[in-house]
Amino acid sequence: MAMINIKIEGVSYQVEEGLTILEAAKKCGYEIPSLCAFNHGECNQGSCRVCLVEATGARGLVASCVYPVSEGMEIKISSPAATAARRHSVELLLSNHNMNCQQCDKNGQCELLHVANVTGAREGAFQGVHSETHYDELAPGLVRDTSKCILCGRCIERCKNAHGLGILGFENRGFNTFVAPAENRSFADSPCIQCGQCVNVCPTGALMEHSEISKIDEALAAGKTVIAQAAPAVRAALGEEFGYPIGTPVTGKMAAAMRRLGFTRVYDVNFGADLTIMEEGTELLGRLQNGGTLPMITSCSPGWINYAEYNYGDLLPHLSSCKSPHQMQGAIIKSYWAEQNGIDPKDIFVVSVMPCTAKKFERQREQLKVNGIDDVDAVITTRELARMIKRGGILFDRLPDEDWDQDIMGDYTGAGVIFGVTGGVMEAALRTVYFKLTGKESEPIEFTAVRGHDAGIREASIDINGTTVNVAIASGMKSAKVLLDEIREGKSKYQFIEIMGCPGGCINGGGQPYVRECFLHGESDDIMDTYKEKRAQALYSEDERQTLRQSHNNPQIIELYEKFLGEPNSHKSHELLHTTYAAREGFNEVK
Amino acid sequence: MAKLNEAAVAQITEICQRHKDDKTPLMMILSDIQNEYGYIPLEVQELVSKQTGISVAEIYGVVTFYSFFSLTPKGKYVIGCCLGTACYVKGAQNVIDKFSELLGIKPGETSADGLFTLDALRCIGACGIAPAVSINGKVYPKVAVGQVEGIIDSYRQEAKA
Repeated sequence: MAMINIKIEGVSYQVEEGLTILEAAKKCGYEIPSLCAFNHGECNQGSCRVCLVEATGARGLVASCVYPVSEGMEIKISSPAATAARRHSVELLLSNHNMNCQQCDKNGQCELLHVANVTGAREGAFQGVHSETHYDELAPGLVRDTSKCILCGRCIERCKNAHGLGILGFENRGFNTFVAPAENRSFADSPCIQCGQCVNVCPTGALMEHSEISKIDEALAAGKTVIAQAAPAVRAALGEEFGYPIGTPVTGKMAAAMRRLGFTRVYDVNFGADLTIMEEGTELLGRLQNGGTLPMITSCSPGWINYAEYNYGDLLPHLSSCKSPHQMQGAIIKSYWAEQNGIDPKDIFVVSVMPCTAKKFERQREQLKVNGIDDVDAVITTRELARMIKRGGILFDRLPDEDWDQDIMGDYTGAGVIFGVTGGVMEAALRTVYFKLTGKESEPIEFTAVRGHDAGIREASIDINGTTVNVAIASGMKSAKVLLDEIREGKSKYQFIEIMGCPGGCINGGGQPYVRECFLHGESDDIMDTYKEKRAQALYSEDERQTLRQSHNNPQIIELYEKFLGEPNSHKSHELLHTTYAAREGFNEVK
Repeated sequence: MAKLNEAAVAQITEICQRHKDDKTPLMMILSDIQNEYGYIPLEVQELVSKQTGISVAEIYGVVTFYSFFSLTPKGKYVIGCCLGTACYVKGAQNVIDKFSELLGIKPGETSADGLFTLDALRCIGACGIAPAVSINGKVYPKVAVGQVEGIIDSYRQEAKA
């Protein structure tokens, strides 16, 4: 890459040709405030005008996020004209913002408030009419509030990049512009998969998860037996909410914190993940040996399930009939655990802590009810758990490391832990399928060919006792679509496919802590490229620390089958742990 | 979602095919659909999305950005009152208000009998003959409020004939 000479505030620097002023300045040690520019040009509309600077050769001030550096350019960030312009840009954004910051769950992590602080913008500099507000809270997973939207377009780009979907778009023009699904529909009436990737990139509180914290408060107040369970990916990211470096596993402190929030039991969903592997592995073997529908596709990710039901109704027989791990575990809590503890399932309230917003939708699916009772009664995201911990006055870093409850269930293996990263469900399943086919454990235990931490397709051929199993892994619907179209055209060469909704898997789920450079000064400059890998590593390291690393070796799973379920895919298993799917119309009739 | 009939599907598909080699086909496709099909409802946008790979939200955004595109069927006669600067200072607001009063519809709406759609336009480039009104391509120069009733009647007569 050719280097060119520039000056910033009169000091000479050499930077790569082709960079924007914003990127070049970052390399030279300057952070120019910006809103619409995000993640190396993933979104770069040049629309918010918060990053204006002076640059020689340009007419007037330039938006540094889109203006490239050139040889001999002299850039001024701190000139009176530039600082005033940036302040005015933010003041104009604030003039059409609802300013109810104390009522906003984004408070403390809001980039608009951050740039207001940095630029010195204050409320009330410009006053006038506000754009009409559109508010959508019909979808279980997501809430959209246009009174907080700054029209940066990040959400639109993320939906396209991650899924090729583009559910959101700009509607109307000028002062009446807002961001919405087509026809200003609710997410609930559009083919939105409620994955929450748009929430992850929204700089303000315009897109948020649909909070269910109040449901938990009500259940506790009503004296219900409230049991909480947390997904594998949560431990890889929760620490970020309390200042830990990205990739720090906080399993012990998370269990301790949840215990202090008043839950009767705190379980790890890894137990449910182990159970899923027993059921799904058996289902796969059955399909392989009895000429069932292949390839079989995993069914743990509710964002992916939504996508399949909206777009590939003809391929639903390929999906594993297994419920996702937390739904399985919820069903076991309300049957096996309830029976053993002599508690009426109706008095049990199960809370799942998930890295996911689509799980909020999933838990309300009719097909998941057992005898009219929901497996899970509330789903909160990793971020919501952090809010509850902060609300409880718990100093997270001072907590002791505690174990999860493991009375008659809750013990788990390393196979369960890696469910949280793309390729993890596949690897966990392969460990058990290998054992079932050969009678001995795979050596080495790991199937590293299926590992990764990003979107994109990986494939591998695994030789088990002379039988070759072709597998593929995709995360993000853009990648998944490639594999699905192959199946539709009859060209798929795989027997088993893992699909996760979010790029990188649950570690990058729509309910995970926000990753924003402007709030992460302790992290390396390339954190936007490396955070998924770091979170994945947190899970793989926990897998390595476990003595038991295959689901079929989990002693409490073995006991559960002996005492209660019989065997994997038994009649009772099917009643409690399996489900059905149905094709759905994307843009349904709205009255 | 209301389903399109086979003829409509064939028509929209043909229009999309017409522009499949264009670099940025969306505007041309929508323009042809507006002219030939008459309006661009969501079902049609879904079909265009399937054919082009452009998301429905993006198509909807373009349709709602340009006032030339319509989400609802337009009347037999589309009355476009220019409200550009020159027409406006020559009293175009009074002209469109008169149309609105006599037809009983607001700008952007279509009369119940399906005969008239009233549109407010932003400069049609006919400033020399302001205030200008354009009806199905025929331009009326220097329209006075007093002429409005006569213009409407002439189209009612034409429709009856």
